[in-house]
Amino acid sequence: MNNILELQNLQKYFATQKAVDDISFTIPQGNIFGLLGPNGAGKTTLIRMITGIFYPDSGNIIFDGKKFDALNDCVKIGYMPEERGLYKKMKIGEQVLYLAQLKGLSKADALQKIKFWFERLEMESWWNKKVEDLSKGMSQKLQFVTTVLHEPKLIILDEPFSGLDPVNANLIKDEIYGLAQRGCTIIFSTHRMEQVEEICDQIVLVNLGKKILDGTVQEVKQQFKENKFKIKLTEIPANATNNSFTIVDSKANEFVVKINEGFKSNDLLQHFLQQGCTIESFNEMLPSLNEIFIDLVEGTKSTTRAFQKVN
Amino acid sequence: MNKILLIAKREFLTRVQKKTFLLTTIGLPLLIFGLYALIIFFTVKNAKDFKIAVADQANIFKGALKDKDGEIIFSFVNNTSKDSLDKQLKSSKYDAYILVPSSFNIAENKDSLHIVSAKSVGFLTQEKIERRINKVLEENKLLLGLNVSKDKLDSLQHTNEIIFASVTGDTKGSEKSQVSYIVGLISGFLIYIILFIYGTMVMRGVMEEKTNRIAEVIISSVKPFQLMMGKILGIGSVGLIQFLIWIVLVMGLNILLPLIFPDLLHQMQSQPIQPGMVAATNALQNSGATNHLSAALSGVNIPLILGCFVFYFLGGYFLYASLFAAVGSTVNEDPQDAQSLVLPITMPIIFAMVIMMQAVNEPNSPLAIFGSLFPLTSPIVMMARIAHGVPDGVTVLQLVLSMVFLVVGFIATTWFAGKIYRTGILMYGKKVTWKEIMKWAFRKG
Repeated sequence: MNNILELQNLQKYFATQKAVDDISFTIPQGNIFGLLGPNGAGKTTLIRMITGIFYPDSGNIIFDGKKFDALNDCVKIGYMPEERGLYKKMKIGEQVLYLAQLKGLSKADALQKIKFWFERLEMESWWNKKVEDLSKGMSQKLQFVTTVLHEPKLIILDEPFSGLDPVNANLIKDEIYGLAQRGCTIIFSTHRMEQVEEICDQIVLVNLGKKILDGTVQEVKQQFKENKFKIKLTEIPANATNNSFTIVDSKANEFVVKINEGFKSNDLLQHFLQQGCTIESFNEMLPSLNEIFIDLVEGTKSTTRAFQKVN
Repeated sequence: MNKILLIAKREFLTRVQKKTFLLTTIGLPLLIFGLYALIIFFTVKNAKDFKIAVADQANIFKGALKDKDGEIIFSFVNNTSKDSLDKQLKSSKYDAYILVPSSFNIAENKDSLHIVSAKSVGFLTQEKIERRINKVLEENKLLLGLNVSKDKLDSLQHTNEIIFASVTGDTKGSEKSQVSYIVGLISGFLIYIILFIYGTMVMRGVMEEKTNRIAEVIISSVKPFQLMMGKILGIGSVGLIQFLIWIVLVMGLNILLPLIFPDLLHQMQSQPIQPGMVAATNALQNSGATNHLSAALSGVNIPLILGCFVFYFLGGYFLYASLFAAVGSTVNEDPQDAQSLVLPITMPIIFAMVIMMQAVNEPNSPLAIFGSLFPLTSPIVMMARIAHGVPDGVTVLQLVLSMVFLVVGFIATTWFAGKIYRTGILMYGKKVTWKEIMKWAFRKG
């Protein structure tokens, strides 16, 4: 599969700090890609370079096989920033039409697409309303429509679910899946790790302007696994200790164990089988992304935004 | 380019479709004219004759007080005492009386005349009575003291007309420079107002986009410069339309009003009710009476002034609008920040206004020449000089240079502001200082 986006040694400096410091990664087409990182890690700067708002100080962006050209490629990109913005006093229909035309759609084309999306998300009655009349969740939906309306190849969503109720969140989630199936690539920036685990194929973790993690969700979990297993037996074993593992947590007939260096999970099973125990369940405990995130980021004065020292 | 037009169209339409636009564009001139018409209507209505009884026991007036236009009627009464006059005042036969005691000596200035009225007398009426009485007294004093008649004195005092002519042979002279003065002042002042109204409108528009966070969405589709230019063009055309409507309305009402109130024009001249109008009519009288006005106006090159007005309107607007946009882009949530940041921009506008005041008197002073060439002040100052005509007020070379400088200046400020705008529009949360703004502007790339 070809890559829709390739970042090569991207750097962006501001006066006082390195916002993005030598980041490279690739995103295959059709991928749902999670861009993770603590607040102030440089995610927004990175996204702004991908959307052509900022120019990188050095490094290359290869978009759809060619060098990224902000002017012509912007029509292929849809961006929903974290801070939502719409003209409050403007009628919704006119507003969506205007934003679509700015992306380069013809009026007729735009109208047809607006009709499609408004019907799909049950927003037909909104046309003559103003944004200030909408609830937060409603304007979120509207913002989503304006982002995907021009059928971009690359969609960048910054915290798309904040403020949405579960019903609407699912609606948007289904749309994201649908878009990915139709070949769109989605960059998904969030702090909500459970959503990332649920939705994303691949992730990159950014901290202090540097990439510290890259891979598919499964790869990352494998990389950070601590060889912990959970085993449940039908009865309490006579002897639960063995040199092949250490018990981390035990609760009657349930154990959380860590396999020691040089041993395999089979050694653990053998130990209990030899005692004649019946094993009810046995599974590896992979760390959650949340744990990995906290593990990696905590303690690393995680902000690139340097403020002047108070004298 | 296409996107700039798209943005300009939206800026234009959203503003023009607002109710406040209709209200200010059409309602405001109508309201002002309506009020004006009302005031004049009521003053005309209320003007009724004011009757004064004159008991001239010293015969100082010699029966010469005549009622001229029927507003104030003097009637001489003989052999009446103060009591009977008081009574007649109470019975409203007269509105006031003057009792001149037989001991009154007009040659001595310490004697004063007392006018007794039933109700307090309005300021304008007081002035009229005073003028009439003093005129008669002056004539009589001249006769009594010097044995000179008023007509004789007038002819002695009459000055020969002095005409200020320029070397080009233009002899319309002082009437023209008076009219030029007024035309220059008004057009300079209009440009000043335009710069402020539409400049701040641009600034508020940019601030709105920034605080609404829509700027980031739009800037992912268009370049910041396009967004800025679109906004400036859109609001500029709102301004142009608004002014055109105002001009048409004012002209239309000027034609219509005398038709509705036939004696209005006469009243407006004879009853200067507003201080501004007093000054205006005085200026007109000084410049040699009203009927000279049209002649003087024809000496002012109206097509040239109109053409230059539109040029400096647009030039000045574009020059300043981009600067206002730049300031708007640096403002955060707090609109109060704008006030301190906007000061360096409003300073030259106010400065230009000060120079204009001087240039309108002396169109060829060094300060006026400098002000009309320097692009930050030229839109306002040049209008004052243009009113005096070419080449009396401004040479062709200076005019062309000023226009070239203005275009260059406009390109320079737009480039400069564009760089500030590009950074400022996406900068949140931090209060910006002028030092940082300068750094953005002169940064490469």
